[in-house]
Amino acid sequence: MRFVDEFRDPQMAEALLQRIRPLVDKKVQQLGRPLQLMEVCGGHTHAIFRYGLEQLLPDMVELVHGPGCPVCVLPMGRVDDCVAIAEQPDVIFTTFGDAMRVPGSKKSLLQAKAQGADIRMVYSPLDALQLAKKHPEKEVVFFGLGFETTMPSTALTILQAEKEGIDNFSLFCNHITIIPTIKAVLDSPDLHLDGFLGPGHVSMIIGTRPYEFVAQQYQRPMVIAGFEPIDVLQSVWMIMQQLDEGRCEVENQYGRIVPPEGNRQALQAVSQVFELREFFEWRGLGSIDHSGVRMREEYRQWDAEQKFSLPNLKIADPKSCQCGEVLKGVIKPWECKVFGRACTPETPMGALMVSSEGACSAYFTYGKVNQADHIPSEQLA
Amino acid sequence: MSYTPKRTVKGDVITMAHGSGGKAMRDLIEDVVLGAFYNPELAQLEDQARIDLAELVAQGNRLAMTTDSYVVDPIEFPGGDIGTLAVNGTVNDIAMSGAKPLYLSCGLIIEEGLEIDTLRRILLNMRKAADQAGVQIVTGDTKVVNRGKADKLFINTTGVGVIPEGADISASRAQPGDKVIVNGYVGDHGAVILNARGDLMLEVELETDCQPLNGLVECMREVCPDIHCLRDASRGGVATVLNEFAESSGVAIRLQEADIPVRNEVRGVCEILGLDPLHFANEGKLVAIVPADKAGTVVEAMRQHPAGQGSAIIGEVESGPAGRVTLQTGLGGGRILDMLIGEQLPRIC
Repeated sequence: MRFVDEFRDPQMAEALLQRIRPLVDKKVQQLGRPLQLMEVCGGHTHAIFRYGLEQLLPDMVELVHGPGCPVCVLPMGRVDDCVAIAEQPDVIFTTFGDAMRVPGSKKSLLQAKAQGADIRMVYSPLDALQLAKKHPEKEVVFFGLGFETTMPSTALTILQAEKEGIDNFSLFCNHITIIPTIKAVLDSPDLHLDGFLGPGHVSMIIGTRPYEFVAQQYQRPMVIAGFEPIDVLQSVWMIMQQLDEGRCEVENQYGRIVPPEGNRQALQAVSQVFELREFFEWRGLGSIDHSGVRMREEYRQWDAEQKFSLPNLKIADPKSCQCGEVLKGVIKPWECKVFGRACTPETPMGALMVSSEGACSAYFTYGKVNQADHIPSEQLA
Repeated sequence: MSYTPKRTVKGDVITMAHGSGGKAMRDLIEDVVLGAFYNPELAQLEDQARIDLAELVAQGNRLAMTTDSYVVDPIEFPGGDIGTLAVNGTVNDIAMSGAKPLYLSCGLIIEEGLEIDTLRRILLNMRKAADQAGVQIVTGDTKVVNRGKADKLFINTTGVGVIPEGADISASRAQPGDKVIVNGYVGDHGAVILNARGDLMLEVELETDCQPLNGLVECMREVCPDIHCLRDASRGGVATVLNEFAESSGVAIRLQEADIPVRNEVRGVCEILGLDPLHFANEGKLVAIVPADKAGTVVEAMRQHPAGQGSAIIGEVESGPAGRVTLQTGLGGGRILDMLIGEQLPRIC
């Protein structure tokens, strides 16, 4: 298949690995410890497991799976708010599929659906707007979720609703922003990261410049990376070159998709509809300043937070659940007390076990830990 | 055998009257149901089919019986419909024991409002599928429910077949060293149904792989009477079947991703949606585990059969860890291939 197979070419992968290995050996010898690289984005986590890349990379490179999976960082209280909206009479609640199974404090959206709430999976916010036109007697609510990648399509849908005068449509806005999140990770005292694989699709919208602080203030190399195996390996090679040459820069491996200045039209739509919240609550990471957006006052008639009264409670994660430590890379998924036992993709306790981009789910699905001895299977294989 | 109905059904759509047991129902059955399924056994319109035992005994020493309900949405899709699915699905379930499928029942649950022409079309396709598979539909039932209580049409078929003496196919018989075989492109049916729902608006030209597999199995058994495991990879796809084999047999299975036949169109759909073709449903694909020394011969024989032209060896059985299915990616990395968790897509068959 064109434009796909080229990026999965085994010979190319081997060529990259041959360049990566000596650089890793050299650096590890200098430092006297393994290297830790964080892939910020859940899409990278998925690719790394899907193609078994961790086994191909030298043992002394440890990949830390970062917080860039929007479903995984959704706090329980927010799921409860979704359920509360969905259970109102005459509401059709629409959501992307992967949010359906995230546990709330009492139930997930999937369970609420089974109990009779009208909850529907959509592939795009425009599908939700279409539903609103088809059902003028119902209020159609779209669960807006994701980083800057999905923000523009939500913003444009609101602008479309305004243009067409559709008032039985609203957005429950849970969009989050990447930059404050990376800052929070870098400020965390228990982390020792040597470099970052930067988010590819977020950067397609915001460009590469907003990450400059990573190199300048925190002196860490960052390479914006694509999502195919060759992309990931090439990005690791680029980080290793920076480390070898003592450089700290933001480089762009994903130039075929990511322009340095981002997508102006998309950014324009986003800033027209959204403004920063003072803070937003993240599962496992706590409250992070300016890390979420809400709808501007001018668009309040499409804002579900204005239309519905929400419980808006802060619900603590179950005590045994260690999603936060996994998210920050402090522990590996299989080191969590409930991993693979009380918490599995079928009965997730924490959100990291829900989405295919969540680190725990990826480990469980693609590198399932031998639950008896807690040794990851890739080490057995 | 030609059949001319004495009664004709009136109106364009199914109403509650067509399930009431009265005249309208009789019209529907004689015109539409018998019109499609006619055979002397069914035409008796008795409450049960009566099957000669001596004929069965002559063909084997055990009876195979299976039942399946079909609720696919949409009911018609490229390359098939709910009727062809209801025949082939049940025929294949019987055939996977090595049995020769012989008779089917057909229970219809119809939502009022279904167009009679649609029903007629689907039942005629069932007849065609039954003829192709060499089975007879010998008994049936028709119910009509209020609008909203079912979705257009649900079909249940029960199948009966005879297992020849000596056939010993079971999910628990995979042994280290055995080879894993599929009979062609995997994931077509799943991709077709996903696309036929129309939500995605993908321009893909694909047809369901819905086909009977009893002929192919016969052909495999001729060259290798000792097939160890055999299952059709419907809901849950090839991944699910292999996990069942690995678990029941207490073995591990290792697949080579590069050897698994997947159409570019299906790969494309999966790439866009982040799904795995090995989890996609098939309606005319089987997974077989055979002794290593017979694998080449079996694949050769399968490729001579119309239902097996794309047959390939895709992996092998290893001693352990028990229950684990792994996939070697083209890049040389490996990963676990688990069963499908949650629902990838509801009402696929």
